[in-house]
Amino acid sequence: MTTSTQDASNEPLITEKGSSLWSDAYLRLKKNKLAILGGIIVILILTACFVVAPILSWVGYDGNQQDLSNRFAGFGEGGFLGTDQLGRDLLMRVLEGGQISLLVAIIATLLTVTIGVIYGGIAGYVGGRIGNAMMRIVDGLLAMPFLIIVILFREIISGHVDDLARILINDWGFDDNTVLRFANLIPLTFAIAGFGWLSMGRIVRSSAASLSKQEFVEAARSLGLTHHRILFRHILPNMLGPIIIYATLTIPSFILYEATLSYIGLGIEPPNSSWGKLIQEGANYLETNITVLAIPAVLFSLTLFAFNFLGDGLRDALDPKASKD
Amino acid sequence: MLRIIISRIIQTLMVVFLLVTFTFFAVRAIPGNPFASDKATSPEEQAALEAYYGLDKPLHRQYAKYWKNILVDGDFGDSLAMKGRKVTTLLAESFPVSLKLGLLSLFLGVSIGIPLGIIAALFHNRWQDYLAMVIAMAGICIVAFVLGPIFQLSIAKPLDWLNVAGWQRSSDIILPSITLCFGVAAYLARLTRGGMLDVLSQDYIRSARAKGVPKLQIITRHALRPALVPAITYLGPAFAAIITGSFVVENIFLVPGMGQHFVLGITSKDYNLVLGLVLFYGILMGIANLMSDLALIFMDPKLRNS
Repeated sequence: MTTSTQDASNEPLITEKGSSLWSDAYLRLKKNKLAILGGIIVILILTACFVVAPILSWVGYDGNQQDLSNRFAGFGEGGFLGTDQLGRDLLMRVLEGGQISLLVAIIATLLTVTIGVIYGGIAGYVGGRIGNAMMRIVDGLLAMPFLIIVILFREIISGHVDDLARILINDWGFDDNTVLRFANLIPLTFAIAGFGWLSMGRIVRSSAASLSKQEFVEAARSLGLTHHRILFRHILPNMLGPIIIYATLTIPSFILYEATLSYIGLGIEPPNSSWGKLIQEGANYLETNITVLAIPAVLFSLTLFAFNFLGDGLRDALDPKASKD
Repeated sequence: MLRIIISRIIQTLMVVFLLVTFTFFAVRAIPGNPFASDKATSPEEQAALEAYYGLDKPLHRQYAKYWKNILVDGDFGDSLAMKGRKVTTLLAESFPVSLKLGLLSLFLGVSIGIPLGIIAALFHNRWQDYLAMVIAMAGICIVAFVLGPIFQLSIAKPLDWLNVAGWQRSSDIILPSITLCFGVAAYLARLTRGGMLDVLSQDYIRSARAKGVPKLQIITRHALRPALVPAITYLGPAFAAIITGSFVVENIFLVPGMGQHFVLGITSKDYNLVLGLVLFYGILMGIANLMSDLALIFMDPKLRNS
C-alpha cells in the first residue's frame, strides 16, 4: 500500500478511486516474471496453432501430404522444421496436432467448469444432508483409478457417437470425413471432462459453502431474494477467483490426459493428430531421427510449463492468502 | 483413535460397494459384448460363451451372483478375455511387480522431493527457491512418455548392464522407477515448500527463534513435522495409485505389472477383471488414506484433538 500513498501526494484522484480486487491482482501478477513469461508463451502457442496454422494451410502447406522420397528431411528441406517418417511437413503436423490437443483441453475445461460450478454450487449452497450426499458421490468417483473411469466413459460415449455419426452420414448426407473427424474428438473430450469436473466440484462446493454462511448472503436472503438470484448474483461472482485459477491449471492437466490417452492408443485417431499421438509415433523413430520426437515433445512440455506457471501466478495474485510471499 | 479407524473402515467399505455397483453397470453399458472381438466365433459360440459365464442372465441376477461369489467364496470370477484364468490369479501375478516398482519410485520420490521442498522454503524467493521450483515444474511437465524414451536412448543403450526394456535382470527396475519417481518428487517438493512456508510464518516459530533456538533445530524439531502435513495428505492416494502400476511406464519398459490390466480390461470388455481392479484399488485407496490420516495425527498435535 506504500505506492498508493505516494500517488496520493501527487494525484489525489487515484486514492478516491480505491483499488479493486482485480486491479490489485493485476499488479501482483505483473510482478511475477515467470507467470508473465508463461502468459506470453501461452498466447504465442495459441496464435501459432489457431492463427498461423490456418493461414499456412490456406496458403497451401499441408500436414497430411506424404512424400516418401523425402523422409526425415532436415530443417528447411520440405518444410521449415523438416519432415517426418512419411515425409510430411513437421511444422504443420505439430501445429495441427496442437490445435487438437488445445481444442480438446479447452472444451473439456469449459465443460468441467460448467458442471463443476452447477454441481458444487448447489451442493455448497444447499448444504446439509443433500449437499453431503452429493459430495460423497464425488469422493467415491475420485477413489476410482483415473484410467478406468476415463476409458470407461470414452467407450460408452463413443458407441453412441458412432451410431449418431452413421445416421448423420447415411440419412442426412453429411460429408463423412468431417463427421468422423469430430466423432473421434467428442468421446475423448467428454470422457476427460467427465472425470475432471469432480475436483472442480469439490473446490466450488467448499467456497460456496463458506460464502453462503457470510453476512452478505444472509442479508440477501433476509431481503427475500430468490435462490437463483442469490446463487448467480451474489455467490458466483465471489467465486470467480478460485474458478479462474483452477480452470487455468486444469487446461495443462487435460492436455496431459489427452496426450496420455492418445499415447496409449485410446485417444485421437487418424486423420486427426495431437501432440500425444505425435510423441508416440516419434518414439518409434527415436534412433533414426530424434527431431520427430523432440519437436512435439518440446512444444508439449513448453505448453504445460507455460499454463502451469500462469496458473500459479494467477493463484498468487488472486488469492494472496494462499500465496506464500 | 480406534473410533477413527473403525469409521474409516466402514466408509471405505461403503465407497467400494458403491464403486463396484457403478462399475458393474457402467462396463455393461459399453456397446458390444466381450466375445464379439474373438476371432472365429460364430453367434452360436458367442451365445454359448455368454451362457457359460452367466452373462445371459438378467442384470440383477448377475449382480447378486457377483457379490455372492466374492463374499461367500472370495472368488472374483474368471477373466473373460484371458480364457481359463481367474481374476485373482491375474492380480496376484502382476501386483507384486507393480508393488516393487512403485515402492522404489515412492522411496526415490520422497527422498528427492521433500528435501527439495525444504530447501526451496528455507531460501524463499532466492535463486535456490526458483531453481528448485523450476526443477519441480519440470518433473510435472516432462511426462513419462517423453522421459522414458530419452532414458532408454541416453542411459540404457550405452550401458551394457542395463536393458533398454524388459523385466528379467534385477537392474531392470532402475529406469522405470526413475521415470516414475519424477512426478512424485515434483508434487512433494511443491507441497513441502508450501507447508514449510506456512509453518515458518507462525508465532511459535518466532518464539523459538526469539528464545535463541539454533536455526537447524527450529527446522528439525519444531517446523518439519507440521510442515509435512500437505505432503502426507497427497502421499495417501498417490501411494495407492503408484503401487498399482502405471500403464505408460509399464508399456515403455515392458514391465509385466498391473497397469496394463487397467487399460486392457476395459478395451477387451473383461467385466470381471475391471470389477476386480476397481474393488482392489478401492480397498487399497482406503487403507492408504487411513495410513496417511494416522500419520497426520502423529505429525500435527493440533489434529490429535479434533
